[in-house]
Formats: sequence, C-alpha cells, structure tokens
Amino acid sequence: MLSKRELLDLQFIDARARLIDLAAFLDRVERHGDEADIRLNYFKEALPILQENRPDRAKAVLEKFSDFTPELTDTAPFQGATGAPIA
Amino acid sequence: MRYIEPHAHMVSRTTDDYEKLALAGCEVLCEPAFWAGFDRSSADGFYDYFRQLTEYEPRRAARFGIKHFCWLCINPKEADDPGFAREVMALIPEFIDKETVLGIGEIGLNKNTRSELAIFEEHVQLALDHDLPILIHTPHLEDKLKGTRLILDSLASFSKLDRSKVIIDHVEEHTVGLVLDAGFWAGMTLYPESKCTPNRAIDILEVYGSERLWMNSACDWGISDPLSVPKCALEMRRRKHTPEQIEKIVFDNPYKFLSQSPRFRI
Ligand SMILES: [Zn+2]
Repeated sequence: MLSKRELLDLQFIDARARLIDLAAFLDRVERHGDEADIRLNYFKEALPILQENRPDRAKAVLEKFSDFTPELTDTAPFQGATGAPIA
Repeated sequence: MRYIEPHAHMVSRTTDDYEKLALAGCEVLCEPAFWAGFDRSSADGFYDYFRQLTEYEPRRAARFGIKHFCWLCINPKEADDPGFAREVMALIPEFIDKETVLGIGEIGLNKNTRSELAIFEEHVQLALDHDLPILIHTPHLEDKLKGTRLILDSLASFSKLDRSKVIIDHVEEHTVGLVLDAGFWAGMTLYPESKCTPNRAIDILEVYGSERLWMNSACDWGISDPLSVPKCALEMRRRKHTPEQIEKIVFDNPYKFLSQSPRFRI
C-alpha cells in the first residue's frame, strides 16, 4: 500500500481538477436559470458528506442518490435511470 | 499479464476490440446474455442472439486466441412483460447444453418491478434444476441499492441454493458489503459514469479484501472500455499492489468462480 504522501503525489492534482470541475458545474447550471430541479437538490445535499469525518463517504453519497422505498413497483415507468430517486 | 474478462458484451463490439483484448493479455472472455441497446421485437430475435453467443462469437474470439464462453437468459430490461419473457425462456433448453454455455445470466432486476422479480426467480429455479452457476445483474444508479436488497431477499427463499455458485455483479460501495456478507460472490464493473472507476474498485479491494470478488469491463453498446480491466491492473501497480495481488483479482478469482461450471475448461 502507498503512504499518504505517495498517494497524494499520485492523485492530488487529479482530485483537485475534479473538485474544480464540480464547482464549475454548479456555476454553469445556475447560470442557466433558476428553474428548480430535484436532481440538483440531491446533489447539493450530498456535498456536505464530503466534509464529514468518516471512512465511507463514497457509500454515503451513493446512498443519498438511492431509492429507499421497499416495495416492488407494478410496472416500469421508464426503462433507464436518472441518477436520483425522483419518481 | 494474462487475465480473464468475465463480463463483456462482444456482440456490440468490433473485431478490432478482440485484437486489443488479446494484445492486453486477455485469454478468456465470458459474455452474459443481456439487452442489445434496443428491445427485440420477437422471441425469434433472441433465438438468433443465442446462436450468435454460442456459435459466432466463440469463432470470432478464437481468431485471436481468446476462449469465449457465454451465459443465457432473458435480461431484466426485457423481462417486464412476463408472457414475452417466458417465450424467450422456452428457447433456453435448446442451447443450455452447448459446450461454451456456463450458466444462467445475467438475470436480475432493472426497474424493480413485480414481473422482473417473477422472471428472475424462474431463472434461478432453472439454474438450480440444471445445477449451473448464476450471474446476476443489479440495477443502475438510484435503483441499485433497492434492487440488490430485493435480489438478496429473493435468493434467501431458495433453500437449496449454493451461494458460492452465484455472483452478484455491478456492486459499488453501498452494495458490496451486503453481497459479500450474505456469502455470495461480487463483481465490480469498471464502467464510465454509472459504475466503478478503477480507483474505487481498488479502494473496495483494500477495504474488503479480495476474497469472492472479480473485476470486469461489461463493455457493450454504450460508452465503455473493453480494456478497463488491464487499465485497472495498471492502476493497482501504481498503487503498489503486488503482482500476486493483481493476478489473484484478474485471473485466479474469476478462474475459481467460473470453474464451478462443468463447461469451463481452459
Ligand atoms: Zn452486462
């Protein structure tokens, strides 16, 4: 396994670029009007998870975007998925 | 580096991709039956698809020294109409004893509907009747956690099921623990946007260990990368995983799971 320093040497610049990309994504979306969209609400609710002091942030973000209803549905409303439990 | 690609949809890929796979060290490739990017209009469409999987693709792969195996079923994306799904399932016995058919898959859920689950359970019974391994697809994005739980609940009702012969694929950080804790194998799919990245898959290996896990590209008709397994192996090297650790995840583990099928001889 790599030391923390080695891991940062290997991946810090890439992670930094991804974080800036996320910031730019939010700027971009909001520049395109103030129409509400529930997907964006989920997205913003997930952001504070990154600041939490826990070992499983990726799992928590995935759970934030997950459908927690327990029941089977009668038929598929559509075939694909949107990335957030909007139905 | 030799490796096994345990999940790829080559019917959607070019012959050049077989060449690239061979150059990267792929010796064995397994192709589960799945959606082809569009809904087929009749069961006859599946008859031809099963012929393609059992006759044509093994020949195409063999030109590059790659041994091609397949899994058969009607996939969950086209299983929401149970009448249609059963018509397709009725074709399976004609193909199930062919020499490169490993088992039943990839079955599972897509939008977590009642009909999808009914057809899933009929496939599990079919695999049990033939004593064959099972490869399970879990839903995408927001539907994955719920679908994985429904699948695990359903499998728990099959008392005769040998869990070491079942792999639940496309796990991510929120589902891998559920699958491994229940005693099943878990597949990590390296697929842009909707599944694991190489680094996240390696994180899972570091956190959960490498027992009962494999990695695959699931390359298909979408934007996907047939070389994602060797690329992940390279990333493992950069993260100082040993050659033995890499060999275990890209060759030994899939070999161990797949060898439970009587047809898997390499
Ligand atoms: Zn697949």
